[in-house]
Amino acid sequence: MNYLDTNLKVVGTRPVRPDGVDKVTGRAIYAADTRSAGMLWGKILRSPHAHARILSIDTSKAAALPGVQAVVTSADFPEIKSEEAFVGEGPMNFRDLSTNVMARGKALYEGHAVAAVAATTQAVADAALALIEVKYDVLPHVIDVDAAMADNAPVLHEEMFTAGVTPKPTKASNIAKVVTFKKGDAEAGFAGAEVIFEKSYTTKPVHQAYIEPHACLVTYGSDGQVTIHSSSQGHFMVRAYTAKLLGIDMANIRVNPAEIGGGFGGKTLIYLEPVAVALSRKSGKSVKMQMTREEVFRGSGPTSGASMDVKIGAKKDGTIVSVKQILKFQAGAFAGSPIGPGCMCGLALYDIENIEVVGYDVVSNRPKVAAYRAPGAPITSFAVESALDELADQLGMDPLALREKNAAKNGSKTHYGVTHNNIGFEQVLAAVKTHPHWTSPVKPGQARGLAAGFWFNIGGESSATVHVNEDGTVTVATGSVDVGGSRASMGMMVAEVLGIDVAKVRATVADTASVGFTFLTGGSRVTFATGMAATQAAERVVDELKRRAAAIWEIQADAVEWRDGKAYPAGSNAGAFEPLDLPAIALKAGRTGGPVTAEVSVNAQGAGAGFGAHICDVSVDQETGQVTIERYTAVQDVGKAIHPSYVEGQIQGGAVQGIGWALNEEYIYSDKGQMENPGFLDYRCPVMSDVPMIEAVLVEVPNPRHPFGARGVGEVPIIPPMAAIGNAIRRATGVPMPHLPMSPPTVLAALDAAKK
Amino acid sequence: MSGLTYTAPTSVDDAVKLLAGSSGLAKVMSGGTDLLVQLRSGRLKPELIVDTKKIPGINDIREENGGLVVGAATPGHVVEANAAMNKSWPGVVEALDLIGSQQVQGRCSLAGNLCNASPAADSVPALYASGATAVIVGAKGRREAPVESVPAGPGRTTLAKDEFILEFKFPARPANSSDAYLRFIPRTEMDIAVVGCGISLTLDAPNGTITAARCSLGAVAPTVLLVQAMADAIVGSKLDDAALAKLDAAAQAACKPINDKRGTIEYRTKVAGVLARRVAKIAYDRASGKTVKAH
Repeated sequence: MNYLDTNLKVVGTRPVRPDGVDKVTGRAIYAADTRSAGMLWGKILRSPHAHARILSIDTSKAAALPGVQAVVTSADFPEIKSEEAFVGEGPMNFRDLSTNVMARGKALYEGHAVAAVAATTQAVADAALALIEVKYDVLPHVIDVDAAMADNAPVLHEEMFTAGVTPKPTKASNIAKVVTFKKGDAEAGFAGAEVIFEKSYTTKPVHQAYIEPHACLVTYGSDGQVTIHSSSQGHFMVRAYTAKLLGIDMANIRVNPAEIGGGFGGKTLIYLEPVAVALSRKSGKSVKMQMTREEVFRGSGPTSGASMDVKIGAKKDGTIVSVKQILKFQAGAFAGSPIGPGCMCGLALYDIENIEVVGYDVVSNRPKVAAYRAPGAPITSFAVESALDELADQLGMDPLALREKNAAKNGSKTHYGVTHNNIGFEQVLAAVKTHPHWTSPVKPGQARGLAAGFWFNIGGESSATVHVNEDGTVTVATGSVDVGGSRASMGMMVAEVLGIDVAKVRATVADTASVGFTFLTGGSRVTFATGMAATQAAERVVDELKRRAAAIWEIQADAVEWRDGKAYPAGSNAGAFEPLDLPAIALKAGRTGGPVTAEVSVNAQGAGAGFGAHICDVSVDQETGQVTIERYTAVQDVGKAIHPSYVEGQIQGGAVQGIGWALNEEYIYSDKGQMENPGFLDYRCPVMSDVPMIEAVLVEVPNPRHPFGARGVGEVPIIPPMAAIGNAIRRATGVPMPHLPMSPPTVLAALDAAKK
Repeated sequence: MSGLTYTAPTSVDDAVKLLAGSSGLAKVMSGGTDLLVQLRSGRLKPELIVDTKKIPGINDIREENGGLVVGAATPGHVVEANAAMNKSWPGVVEALDLIGSQQVQGRCSLAGNLCNASPAADSVPALYASGATAVIVGAKGRREAPVESVPAGPGRTTLAKDEFILEFKFPARPANSSDAYLRFIPRTEMDIAVVGCGISLTLDAPNGTITAARCSLGAVAPTVLLVQAMADAIVGSKLDDAALAKLDAAAQAACKPINDKRGTIEYRTKVAGVLARRVAKIAYDRASGKTVKAH
């Protein structure tokens, strides 16, 4: 059923968040909060070298230390064949994941795990790590993407031959693959252009910087039954990866999802769980592992850094006739950067006749990248949206007008083959045009920037169960981790369908043994896909409640009507009965057929793409290069905001992470390829006082494929900030900002260079 | 694993005896806001911690001979709430206030900041500029030394193993005097100075000629620097543009920074000059009776 045009009572309101009290009082149980009697502490020994052959690992002294109960290396893990993973987000290969979790033969980045111990205390475990003797043959390393693509670059994987080029290369290289997308004829397009703008851009890898480090508590029972308590963006993902990496049947692994302290894509793959299970299997005890912040930085995935070229050709009236884009993305130590979405997202916003995009997926000696909010899109859009801003100047056009002129609309065909349908980009731009921020004069000493962003959003497999409890209250269990407010939105959608107060509905996250398979929380899919499953389950419960009322009244089920949480006789012919509410029906459930419950599993399609545009006013300290974000407005098509406060929170959070990406976040490496700033003091995420209030403007162009019209909202808001801020800085200083981060030294150097 | 003894003596004598008697690494603790972090990270493995906060008077501020005496362990928030310190030494107060978060302010101290001996310490350039004296106690008794003689290099001081700072004496303030401190950080708070600058000035009259100056730079050398050439650049002037230009040049000339994760040599040097000009203007306006917020 579709509720788009119905009079909604719950959806669209702002009830108190169901997980709020536990979180603000510290009672919520995160991954590191659990202990078990007799458990051991697991710790990982990490490579100090960016690139080194592991000649030998002698664990005998560590194993002999009193209190040490297990030591593992790659020898304790089965060797996995190369196989594209069917779990997780973004491209990952099972063999690569196994080798990332525990190095085999070579350490490919500083921080790569080479061995692990389990001991009675953390101090003993630390002492044991110091007793493991690893002999390395240190190899030349390479960090940056352009350097990694050079002919003479040190090669990470001797068996890596660039895919996507013909003839098949005979020489190993760090370029895992080349992908090409074409629409029309770019060269011919440029020949017809009246104005051409061209520039190169670079971005740095940035970490998701979730506040909760990776942690888990696992038990490998003597009967081979494994339980895992950990925080992730998908406990089914944890189960599948752990099963695959250790050769265990999925039925023998039960994963209990902990409360998650942020993921942003970075918890769509695993690091600790297989190691902890291997240690538990070897020691026969439960094993707890917990990364330090330093380990999170050295050992877990940021998103790609990139080097990009953009060439845009336009007519004098602003019609863009041709674009060529080259993107080189760092994948980290293993293939699998978000180069695909990178190639697709930057230009998906515009209806352009001729497009050619070439993308390179490039490995180098740094941690394997992981998904980060709209993987690839913020990077490519930094280049495209910055270039558009300079093109607008060159054309003497308002930057908003240039985007309006070329905006994708329903029926626009993208360069990757998909035709846009039910999109709201034009509505977003219209909302920008009339917003008081856009229409207000720029304050003296400040300048204004604009940029837009696009993300596909995804649907996929989800399961939800709705139970009517004995007292008529309702429980909703889904397989989706609540990382962005899904308990609130699930409870609200179910309450809406049932016609009851949302306070009577309690939503939970069920473990892998208690609900059907549910793909991980990523791609902004949960409100859409799991919401669809929960809505359908609630509808089945309504049907069942009608049958139960009919049984109580001894009339036909189709003579019962469900309204505002109660069963009514459908008309005077049906008989005269007092309406039955949920408690009344629940009370008699035992006599009318047993418990009232429904489980629905879906593979949801039609997620509905998301578009946003951000307006940003900045001031620049011309003597220090420091940029202050003075005002910030984020406009986004959200389909339908189920719980508007959560939606605004997503938009504000995405914008703030984008501000960090734009201004200060970067990995600083020594000449030995070791990270020098593995902590929040010197890896500079924004602090509260760095950002103004982010005004979130919700544009609601309903997605007809979702019962309430929802679109994913969590990823779009991180896409526009870098270009919006860079464009504002350029307009404030007259100096283009093609390199991230636009930190004070970078900005000052650019200003000084421009003066010369 | 290894043993760590924590003690909190209630007298100077007991504290000195404990320090003198320890065979391994002994650390004096005031607020512990640096020490505890170093312990947790494993960077320091002391055998003995002597917490000085139980020593009478060490957490207090009093007036003496027209000047102010601040106990070595007096927490930041106490100093910041003290009217006399705000009146005479707004630069010291604002520098101390920049250390850490609200929670850290409940513990962090001038002595801890000075003896941690980081070149980037926020309160130290302001302390150098103030001309304060450290009262040091130890096995050989009590001595007084200029604050700038205490740090020896990153993480090292000139104090003997059995010595610690008991209090700071801030001199009596002549009329038309004030000070200021600014630091540059890439963010707006919760960060470490890329450059810090503290300046204390005395004028002959409001908006008059500078008769005395002490200028200090942080994070541009292995220790905080007291830079005479910066003072020379502005003494005798009314802080006109020419004097400010000389001050900028003197500050840049004094810098001996390194390239590291917090800044490049070029950037630190340039910003040192910028900050010096800005700080001098604030101190000058304050000395002329204006209320100026630096942060």
